Amino acid sequence: MSKLVYVLPGGEQRAVDAEDGASVMQSALNNLVPGITGECGGELSCATCHVFVVPEWFDRLGARSPEEEEMLEVTAAEPTEFSRLSCQIRCTADTDGLVVHVPALQ
Amino acid sequence: MSTRSDRIVVVGAGQSGVEAAAALRMAGSGAPITILGDESKAPYSRPPLSKGILTGGAQLSEIALRADDFYAREGIDLQLGRAVADIDAAGRTVRLDDGDRIPYESLIVATGSKARMLPNPELRGATNVLTLRTIDDTLRLQQFLRPGARAAIIGGGYIGLEIASAAHRAGVETTILEAADRVLERVTSAPVSEFFQRIHRKEGVDVRTGARIAGFRTDAHGDVAAVLLDDAPAFEVDFVLVGIGAAPNVELAERAGAFVDDGIIVDAHLRSSLPGVYAIGDVSRHPCPQHGGLRRLESAPNASEQARHVARSILGDKTPHSALPWFWSDQYDLKLQSVGLSATADTVVVRPHPGQDRKLEVFYLKASKLIAADIVGAPGDFALSRKLVESKTVLDMDALADPDVPLRSFLAVRSTV
Repeated sequence: MSKLVYVLPGGEQRAVDAEDGASVMQSALNNLVPGITGECGGELSCATCHVFVVPEWFDRLGARSPEEEEMLEVTAAEPTEFSRLSCQIRCTADTDGLVVHVPALQ
Repeated sequence: MSTRSDRIVVVGAGQSGVEAAAALRMAGSGAPITILGDESKAPYSRPPLSKGILTGGAQLSEIALRADDFYAREGIDLQLGRAVADIDAAGRTVRLDDGDRIPYESLIVATGSKARMLPNPELRGATNVLTLRTIDDTLRLQQFLRPGARAAIIGGGYIGLEIASAAHRAGVETTILEAADRVLERVTSAPVSEFFQRIHRKEGVDVRTGARIAGFRTDAHGDVAAVLLDDAPAFEVDFVLVGIGAAPNVELAERAGAFVDDGIIVDAHLRSSLPGVYAIGDVSRHPCPQHGGLRRLESAPNASEQARHVARSILGDKTPHSALPWFWSDQYDLKLQSVGLSATADTVVVRPHPGQDRKLEVFYLKASKLIAADIVGAPGDFALSRKLVESKTVLDMDALADPDVPLRSFLAVRSTV
């Protein structure tokens, strides 16, 4: 288990206990966090699990794959240098305390 | 009758059923919710059964739709291994096969579909003739994926092609037998069929279109030993995989008196003809917002989208269902992504990609507007295509056929990063 915080567009914070090995997308679904759809089930096919990682965490998560980079060009909300697809971030002991912001649109 | 139940009962614990229950809770519904599933496994995602799970790239634990403790935590009464015998629409009650009765205020029928089987009597009793629909089917198929085994895959649809790629990768000598004159004929255009026929043949799969199966030769155990063809020599096989489409599980609703025609007929709010009874996912035949008429979609995105919509409908939202269909298929290292329904297109544009024989972009237009696209090897262009279909943008056909014109340039609305 690791702590994971989703900051919703209105500023509300949702802290959840993420199962080890689950993705940040799956953890959102498991805890009914609104705003993360994950329509394709984590297959890098839909770009509906877009999140903004807080800057201090971004470099600790590993690099984006070329496929993820390409999908991030077409998210509903404007991507930033801190954008990730949350299906591609695995929760582990190393991500304990991770904070991501949920965009207003998916 | 005493007090009426406010319970929402979901029949079917697949993607649409589970997502509907989750969407109800997400929208704040505090009503009691019961999900009835006839499989004993915790609810899981089906697309990986013919993709990542079959190839060994994904583990069973990764395809659970929700964590095991999710249902109890959200007050969702998940009952697995339970078959519904009848729906009493007048009494708003479902009866289980063990006689238990569960009253409902709203009933969501999410019974999905089942794999079609060949009618040949000689296949009865054969233990090496398989279909793929459930996790148990996948585990069974995996037992047959051995180097040097010989497989006949009957049907060149998405399931057949995905299994062919997994079988070939596992070292199985694989033959695809497709009755039509091209694979994927029922679902897409000739350029896409030709692309995948070429890919599979290049990998070494024997793709036979226009195949006429005369029957099957069985051995002393009743298992299939050879496939007999009308116009070609019989060939010996170790197993047969039948991928000839799916049939919606309409029986429960039909017996209860719902209007049924290759699916349970629903309106734009996903309501069936029975009071308080909704149908979503593979089993739902619903109004097509893009092209009129009714359609039935066998896809995970449709299951999820209708699940979210039925939750809104039950909670009183009057917005009609208006989702744009999309699909994907994984074969070898390729991902096909499709958006929209191409059947009514008046123009098909293939964007050339010289020297890139594993990339494909086919666009379908009607009155100069994009209505559908099939994309391989360009996920960004797929997502742009979705936006172009949604925005009903009029496109210049010559520019669309020019690979030097980026697809993004057609999308006026959104600025580049």
